[in-house]
Amino acid sequence: MNGHSRGIDQFSAGMRKGFEDVYDLSVFTLRFFTSVFKAPFELGEVRKHLDDLGAKSLPLVSMVGFIMGLILAMQTRPTLDRFGAGSYLPAMIALSIVRELGPVITALIVAGRVSSGIAAEVGSMRVTEQIDALEVNGVDPYKYLVVTRVVACTIMMPLITAYVDFLAILGGYVAETITYTSSFQLYFTDVINSLTFFDIIPGVAKTAVFGFIIGIIGSYKGFTADSGTRGVGRAATAAVVYASLHIIFVDMILVRLTLYIFG
Amino acid sequence: MIDVKDILIRFEDHVVLSGVSLHVPKGSAVVILGRSGVGKSVLLKSIVGLLTPEKGSIRVMGQEVIGMKPAQLNKLRKHFGYVFQYAALFDSMTVRENLEFPLRRHAALSEEEITARVEEQLKLVDLLDAIDKMPSELSGGMKKRIGLARAIITRPDIVFYDEPTAGLDPVTAREISKLIHELEGRFGTTSVTVTHDLECARIVATRICILHDRRIVEEGTFDEMLRSEYPLTRAFFQPEIA
Ligand SMILES: Nc1ncnc2c1ncn2[C@@H]1O[C@H](COP(=O)(O)OP(=O)(O)O)[C@@H](O)[C@H]1O
Ligand SMILES: [Mg+2]
Repeated sequence: MNGHSRGIDQFSAGMRKGFEDVYDLSVFTLRFFTSVFKAPFELGEVRKHLDDLGAKSLPLVSMVGFIMGLILAMQTRPTLDRFGAGSYLPAMIALSIVRELGPVITALIVAGRVSSGIAAEVGSMRVTEQIDALEVNGVDPYKYLVVTRVVACTIMMPLITAYVDFLAILGGYVAETITYTSSFQLYFTDVINSLTFFDIIPGVAKTAVFGFIIGIIGSYKGFTADSGTRGVGRAATAAVVYASLHIIFVDMILVRLTLYIFG
Repeated sequence: MIDVKDILIRFEDHVVLSGVSLHVPKGSAVVILGRSGVGKSVLLKSIVGLLTPEKGSIRVMGQEVIGMKPAQLNKLRKHFGYVFQYAALFDSMTVRENLEFPLRRHAALSEEEITARVEEQLKLVDLLDAIDKMPSELSGGMKKRIGLARAIITRPDIVFYDEPTAGLDPVTAREISKLIHELEGRFGTTSVTVTHDLECARIVATRICILHDRRIVEEGTFDEMLRSEYPLTRAFFQPEIA
């Protein structure tokens, strides 16, 4: 076989693998919707994962959120001043944080922290036969491991994001007071006046979708991990990469969609 | 109790088992001997419905396992205990929670009954001290014994042992084999054990099957195996000749 056709073979094998992967992930995702409303609901597990998720992500997202607001204010201030629009700064910060930066940056950070954690946890349960052990004990591992984690992520992300949004806006205020004397009350009045219902709802709602992506992709990579400790490591890395890509991609679609619906 | 007929299992192009048949009468202890990688775990997993053969039939307690609905399979599994090769303890739970797990899922017992059963079971494997430890704090041999305790805590009718003695020192290995044998006697369970440990086979088995090259090549009692002419059986049973 010559080099040329070998290249094509490899390419088509890669394509097929890619399509298979997309198909498997779709089936895996659809299964969530057919299992989530069926008893038993394993609420104890959901609560455990909510706790765990919060504890894992809060320290990091708090820092990043605050500093993100700080930087945004520092960067925006000179630009706005140049156009004589300095007084719009609080509104500008609030809108960019709530509509876009808060949700996406939080989701990317949580994806890095939580999606890989889920993939590693579930993956090591796969390779050490704990998933088989659940099954012989009459437990549906998908419901017990996947549904509970995905539900927890979906509930938790909007809460975490709302908190990050607040910290980032606070960070913006701190940056302002360092260089300008600005009143706390004035800043927050501006922030609140600039935000409408149609900025907040889509911004928060899409984070639930991001949470879903983080949970489902982490679980999928863990569930399908190859045996051996290398398989678990690979699953964790792949989970972060895939989750981040999906978040960005889905965000693009959702932004388009919200602009279409809310104008 | 268990009737496996002519099953075929493969992963993509790799045929692992082909034409395997196995009969396990009620109350017997069948040991399947084979080299590592021949598909011993695969065979056990297909009997309990964790893997689905492409062809053949697997009847357990009179019911066909292949193609069985999940709900029904779960009902059947209440009669099973399964000791995994590496114990497969739930590593997010303590030893106590690991043992409680099957009881809460399979049996309707009160809290006191559950606690009593857990402690009784730990005494049986001589690990009552470890009740509040996490699996990561246990040695391999301890994990194996806990895995065994968890598998039999519901008093299953059939117990599957996947290499119960592999990776243990000879003394612990012998203790485990004896424990398995003792349990058979005490609770009258039927068991299927896969192993490559000859001593385990000697202590546990009422009947031995040799799994080689995708199928069962020989079957008989321990003494019959000792006199076998089959090369692999001789390699197992008469290592000084092979
Ligand atoms: N889930 C799986 N996917 C692909 N191949 C598998 C899988 N499980 C087992 N195998 C293959 O089947 C063969 C038998 O494995 P196994 O039953 O674990 O052997 P053992 O007799 O040591 O228990 C091995 O070659 C293994 O690579
Ligand atoms: Mg094995």
